[in-house]
Amino acid sequence: MAILEVKNIEKHFENTKVLQDVSFSLEEGKALAIIGSSGSGKTTLLRCLNFLERPDSGSIIVKGNTLFDASAKASDWEKDLRKKRLHFGMVFQSFNLFPQYTALENVTLAEKLLAREREDFKSRKREIYKEIEAHGLELLDQMGLAERTGHYPHQLSGGQQQRVAIARALALKPDILCFDEPTSALDPELTGEVLKVIRGLAEQKTTMIIVTHEMAFARDVADQVIFMDGGVIVEQGDPKEVINNPKEERTKQFLTRYTEG
Amino acid sequence: MFWTVTQSLLDGLLSTFQIFILTLVCALPLGLVLAFASMSKFKPLKGLMQFLVWVVRGTPLMLQLIIIFYGPGLWLGNNIWGGSEAGRLTATVVAFSLNYACYFSVIFRGGIESVPAGQREAGEVLGMTKSQIFFKITLLQMIKRVVPPMSNEIITLVKDTSLARIIAAYELTHAGYAFMKSDGITWPLFYTGVFYLLFVGILTLLFNFIERKLDYFK
Repeated sequence: MAILEVKNIEKHFENTKVLQDVSFSLEEGKALAIIGSSGSGKTTLLRCLNFLERPDSGSIIVKGNTLFDASAKASDWEKDLRKKRLHFGMVFQSFNLFPQYTALENVTLAEKLLAREREDFKSRKREIYKEIEAHGLELLDQMGLAERTGHYPHQLSGGQQQRVAIARALALKPDILCFDEPTSALDPELTGEVLKVIRGLAEQKTTMIIVTHEMAFARDVADQVIFMDGGVIVEQGDPKEVINNPKEERTKQFLTRYTEG
Repeated sequence: MFWTVTQSLLDGLLSTFQIFILTLVCALPLGLVLAFASMSKFKPLKGLMQFLVWVVRGTPLMLQLIIIFYGPGLWLGNNIWGGSEAGRLTATVVAFSLNYACYFSVIFRGGIESVPAGQREAGEVLGMTKSQIFFKITLLQMIKRVVPPMSNEIITLVKDTSLARIIAAYELTHAGYAFMKSDGITWPLFYTGVFYLLFVGILTLLFNFIERKLDYFK
């Protein structure tokens, strides 16, 4: 069964249709790449999945639970919004690390705050914090940042910052990890280290949705690709098929522009 | 004579210091509340805040002080402040707190709005509550940004305390001026100035210290 089912999502901003009848599903342990030119609705789609935007219609189902259904009452949207968000992790294009915290603190902050809601928090506070910190160190180590845990974001390179952000998103063990153009804000020589980490996550069967402009990366790493244009899914399927032999005219045009550019 | 003057000015300084501290204690939190009110999505509240800030910033603090001190007695026939020194001090603190809270609210709002939306969104996707996002993420970044403009306002407050003389509250300037009237000597006025300079000097060092403390992040 699919871990994620997205059905007929629509989204308007003022009078502009940003997403139109977007439907897809994703199997557990698979990586989905979303490609398309700027303004095609890719980022808005990710923001809808993370409940940073409220879709106008459609539904989002994770592990068989309907997290969002536009036909439900608007008050249901606010209800448990925080808990619903935890199904998804989000890695932003501009990292959005918290500047006043070290790499490790960035990774552990949310987990420590969530731990306060645990019933055994008062009696086991110290041990719980210790466990959380050990988990954070492990994640940073996995990102190749074992030497940088005490550094503040401004002391890290863009590639290192983005890897801290990935560790931060992984810390809460989301069902699906979303990346919004994770390498677009990086210098070309720093792109590789971030892509390598994402590739590693794919090998470990992390369920991921990656919005990206790196076509070669999408083709090699993703199990499934979606091409979006003008707020609609134009073509989806096996990445090698879609990227090497696109069927739709619009996909062909986009890919030609990309390979030429 | 020098010791008499010093004694008297120290008394005045104590009063000035009380007005200063009490005003800060009231105006800082009130300013934050007003800042949130002015960012409210509820239009009438936002409009009310804009009106309040316009009136308070648009009229002299001295005039506000006079109205707040004499107003209740004139219109309600009941001088709620009483005639004592403590009453004058209270009225001064109330007027100053309202005035400074309005100025602070504008600075705070600027500070909060200058924290990138991505910071709030990063907190949201990590399942944080609104108050966790404010206290754990936004607040310190806001403080770092508002320290320089706030230090300006707070230093201005030190000198504005001298306006309390208009309702005959005893404070530093009042104390220095008294010697000119009674003894016809002017040097205590300069001596008074030295007190203000020292006060502001210490504050300046304090603000530099805070700025340096917050220098560890960008």
